[in-house]
Amino acid sequence: MIEMQDVWKQYPNGTMALSGITINIKKGEFVYVVGPSGAGKSTFIKLMYREERPTKGQIFVNGFNIERLRHRKIPLLRRHIGVVFQDFKLLPKLTAYENVAFALEVIGAPQRHIRRRVPEALAWVGLEDKADVLPTQLSGGEQQRVAVARALVNNPSVIIADEPTGNLDPDTSWGIMKLFQRINDRGTTVVMATHNRDIVNTMRKRVIAIEEGRIARDEQKGLYEYED
Amino acid sequence: MRISSIGRHLREGSKSLIRNGWMSFASISAVAVTLLILGSTLVLAMNAQQMSNYVSGQLEISVFLKPQVSDSEGAQTAAAVKQIHGVESVHLVTHEEGFKQLQDSLGSQYKNVLDGLPKNQTIPVKLVVKAQDPRQTVAISNKIQGMRNVETVLDGKSYVDKFYRFMDTVRNIGLVFVVALILMAMFLISNTIKIAIFNRRREIEIMKLVGATNWFIRWPFLVEGMLIGAIGAVVPFAAIWVVYRQIFSHLNGSFIALTFPLLQPGALLGKLAVIMFGIGLLIGLWGGIMSIRKFLRV
Repeated sequence: MIEMQDVWKQYPNGTMALSGITINIKKGEFVYVVGPSGAGKSTFIKLMYREERPTKGQIFVNGFNIERLRHRKIPLLRRHIGVVFQDFKLLPKLTAYENVAFALEVIGAPQRHIRRRVPEALAWVGLEDKADVLPTQLSGGEQQRVAVARALVNNPSVIIADEPTGNLDPDTSWGIMKLFQRINDRGTTVVMATHNRDIVNTMRKRVIAIEEGRIARDEQKGLYEYED
Repeated sequence: MRISSIGRHLREGSKSLIRNGWMSFASISAVAVTLLILGSTLVLAMNAQQMSNYVSGQLEISVFLKPQVSDSEGAQTAAAVKQIHGVESVHLVTHEEGFKQLQDSLGSQYKNVLDGLPKNQTIPVKLVVKAQDPRQTVAISNKIQGMRNVETVLDGKSYVDKFYRFMDTVRNIGLVFVVALILMAMFLISNTIKIAIFNRRREIEIMKLVGATNWFIRWPFLVEGMLIGAIGAVVPFAAIWVVYRQIFSHLNGSFIALTFPLLQPGALLGKLAVIMFGIGLLIGLWGGIMSIRKFLRV
């Protein structure tokens, strides 16, 4: 599903973000990516949906060779990947429904497909009643659910989440985590960068720890093991 | 581009145009001023072309012989002129005929002024020469100039040439203005689009994340640019349309129209519409492309 072979990433300003990462994430896995701030977690995640390019090494995602991927083909890769962020990235002037529909509209999906898929996705995250509500009138947890619905609406084979519970209180965070568990139960691969110690240590999954641009640990049912 | 997306791009482009209010207004005005000057210059140039073609077709060379030359000597010169290559016809105006023409042109009121003057000496013999091709007029008149008994040669061509040079100057000045204004309009449009891109940076970010194609993201901004160009063309075209039709209907049938026939409004305005809207769209499109290349990293 996701494969990296000796991947290096140096930013133009000279910062060496990743120094020789080799990893293999199989279809249907649930993986936490942990590590101190600035250790390279974000870069690691961004490489997967081709937001950044590796300086060296090979990356395969869902059969795409990221290094050889032509610029024009990047959108095709991203249609197989759902992305969720700490700050939700919803459009403030669009309702919950419109925010989810937006993801389908901009890839040219037919209207009847949109009218069928969007309510399904909203119901799936438990927001069928809030379809016509603007993001500002939703709680943080609800906003993140809309973002998850938007990531799911196109039926991606992998969901990548960068600190999805970073802005949420513990109770709400658990709600969101249950959602990700359900996504994983459908067979969708989940890769989640997180700082949330309780979650990692309670909902035990594979843990990949990145420190100073290298894989420090890679354990099934691992623990958080950082102080913050 | 998918057909089903065209509607969306048009909608998004117009929305952005309206949201950008004053910037859009400034850009549209710049295009309008540019095209107004361009359009007016074109109308002038096309009419000038038409006039000079018309005038050239009627050109005659007037050859005045020396005062002491008699009618029969004049006939000899006329025969010689007839031999010059390219000359179609030579008409001899004798002393007496010339005198009579002058009398006639004075009208009945002043007819008596010339009374008592010798009919055979007052007006020199004149030859009226017509060339087969108006473009040969100058060459022919130069040859006649060197002939014996010839005093002055007047060909209308030199007036036309002066007129041509004047029109060339007008056209060149217009062109310089238009080029400068086009650059300014494109700069304003690209700035407007830059702001539009900035306003939509979150949407663009999400579009990229969910896999919208690069052209899907770009099109609304190109549409916005082209809308600015097209709207900017409407106002000056309408203005020229109204003004030209007014001028044409006022002058048509009058004395001036006989000397300088204006082009028919229908054909002229049709051509002008194509040119003005075409250039408006191109300015808008290019302004959009400049901004997209600089500020829309997709």
